[in-house]
Amino acid sequence: MTAAADTEHRDRFLGMKVTPLARRRLDNFRANRRGFISLWLFLILFVGSLFAEFIANDKPILVKYDGGYYMPIFTMYPETTFGGEFPTEADYNDPVLIKLVESKGWMIRPPIPWHHTSVNYQLGTPAPAKPGPRNWLGTDDQARDLLARLIYGFRISVLFGLILTVASTVIGVAAGAVQGYFGGWVDLGFQRFMEIWSGIPRLYVLIILASFVEPSFWWLLGILLLFHWMSLVSVVRAEFLRGRQQDYVRAARALGVSDAVIMFRHVLPNAMVAALTLLPFVLNSSITALTSLDFLGLGLPPGSASLGEILAQGKANLQAPWIGITSFCVLAALLSLLIFVGEAVRDAFDPRKTMV
Amino acid sequence: MLDAASSKKPLVEVRDLKMHFPIYAGLLRRRVGEVKAVDGVSFDVFEGETLGLVGESGCGKSTCGRALLRLYEVTDGSITIDGVDIATLSNSELREKRPTMQMVFQDPQASLNPRMTVQAIIQEPLDEHTTLSTKEKQQKVYDLMDAVGLNRRFAGRYPHAFSGGQRQRIGIARALALNPKFIVCDEPIAALDVSIQAQVVNLLEDLQEQFGLTYLFISHDLSMVRHIATRVAVMYLGKIVELAPREALYSAPLHPYTEALLSAVPEPDPSIEAKVERIILQGDVPSPSNPPKGCNFCTRCPKVMPICRQAEPPTREVRPGHFTACHLHETTSQTTEKTAAQYEANERQHGE
Repeated sequence: MTAAADTEHRDRFLGMKVTPLARRRLDNFRANRRGFISLWLFLILFVGSLFAEFIANDKPILVKYDGGYYMPIFTMYPETTFGGEFPTEADYNDPVLIKLVESKGWMIRPPIPWHHTSVNYQLGTPAPAKPGPRNWLGTDDQARDLLARLIYGFRISVLFGLILTVASTVIGVAAGAVQGYFGGWVDLGFQRFMEIWSGIPRLYVLIILASFVEPSFWWLLGILLLFHWMSLVSVVRAEFLRGRQQDYVRAARALGVSDAVIMFRHVLPNAMVAALTLLPFVLNSSITALTSLDFLGLGLPPGSASLGEILAQGKANLQAPWIGITSFCVLAALLSLLIFVGEAVRDAFDPRKTMV
Repeated sequence: MLDAASSKKPLVEVRDLKMHFPIYAGLLRRRVGEVKAVDGVSFDVFEGETLGLVGESGCGKSTCGRALLRLYEVTDGSITIDGVDIATLSNSELREKRPTMQMVFQDPQASLNPRMTVQAIIQEPLDEHTTLSTKEKQQKVYDLMDAVGLNRRFAGRYPHAFSGGQRQRIGIARALALNPKFIVCDEPIAALDVSIQAQVVNLLEDLQEQFGLTYLFISHDLSMVRHIATRVAVMYLGKIVELAPREALYSAPLHPYTEALLSAVPEPDPSIEAKVERIILQGDVPSPSNPPKGCNFCTRCPKVMPICRQAEPPTREVRPGHFTACHLHETTSQTTEKTAAQYEANERQHGE
């Protein structure tokens, strides 16, 4: 008994104290091998894509030229710095400039020497070009490197999905909590409002909006958020409807604890289990929401890399199947990884598996 | 229902308490009726005493207890605790009043938040109502754990690590944290093993002596109530049918329902048990949304008279301190029959 009590306090995960329940959940999560591996794969891809500028960039990380060191990845240097003719920014994919630099030094380039906006002017064939030694996955129809665009597109899709998920979770949990906790007319009114609200066709709203503002990242996020927050409400509401009937909530009320504190301290932690289980699926739907908008051309401004935009290019250029196939594979892999993670999370919170 | 026989001061005075829950139905959620869970209940609880509240399940005992602490918004009536009518207090005034009245719940598993440690659970009332420092709170929690017989070492554990009896001790410690005067014990032993029940009841008695507590002890266990209560109130279908000092009630019950209840108490001695004549009530408890006309018990009463189906019996003090609401004890049985006959005559006239 004492030994058990001691290990309870010693058990730590990433420096945080772990309760026995959380420990069982972690173990359950790990027991789902597919989900566990998927999580690691996803994290590697995501964290890697956060450093996309160091992986896929036309600007070298470090240049030694004529005794001096330069870091073009952070600062802009004119061509004249390296003995060129023009005072414009140096194009490090230009064979002339490469020759100039290498005559008096060297440069360390990212593994993929293309930014998602940089155009390959030395293509030789009409764009989109086939996969080859210069562009590993080929180029899109504007001679931009496909791999670089996939990496940046992956990053923006996942970031967008994460931000949208977090924001809609916060709003959805708050809305569901208020409805479930207070019940009665609050609940009834809110539910009818949501039924009407969810009937608004979001695509039309976006098309109308696109006609008078240029939909930026944050604009899109805001508009999708207007509709996306409802995904968690029903689950959280149900949990709060159940939670508010619990005796420990009654006990807290008998102690004079205020409603807000009861909701936060007593009901929310118990309601979050159901919400957490749904989160990976909400994240997935957030990612596909942006992808589908980009595919339809209603999404991010032209020129920005996104999985949906690449998919649209693949559809427009069926003679260049590498565009469609690679973008499909990346999207499918991303969504599958997240679903596998979601299944493992569901296992971890399964009450039948966490009971003693 | 004032208790003139007692010289003690009442701590809790309940007058004509009504707790009706509306029933909504149909597309427009119209109010189609109400469940009269508590329908006009009056009693006093004197300082330092234990008032037992007994009755079968669904009779409104727990609702009555919860309404007393205003966990529900009461429909009608007044609840005066320590000189303040809490039925009409505003939320902020009520919050200030909360420390004087507390509750121990039936199911210790459900009444403790599974995600809070024992320390956090017992400390919560202190967080809400006091300005003690963290260290003082810690000390107070340890003192309370000592008082209810819990090992201090368990403060960091979660409720699931405890047995039912230990959990109920945690619930009692939480109720005691703010030094209340009045505690509603809502079937505190119903969810416990028989061997543990005695421990918890003895603990409650010890604490009553130690802190001068006043209990409303809600239970359906008549023998346990006999052990702990000073006076006993019997409820049936939202009404108190009999209220008397413990011994008077158990030795000479006046209301037929009380008689039937007491005859159902198991007798440990088999030779006596064989001779006990049980009063078996027929039928079921009527729905509290549609109580019968007249006396609530008239549908099942073995001694039902015509008047019982017509008029609701008023509560009378039949003997000193012994109240009952039954037509049998209105005056003598002769006059009762007479009044019943008169009543029927009146009714007939009305009908014509």
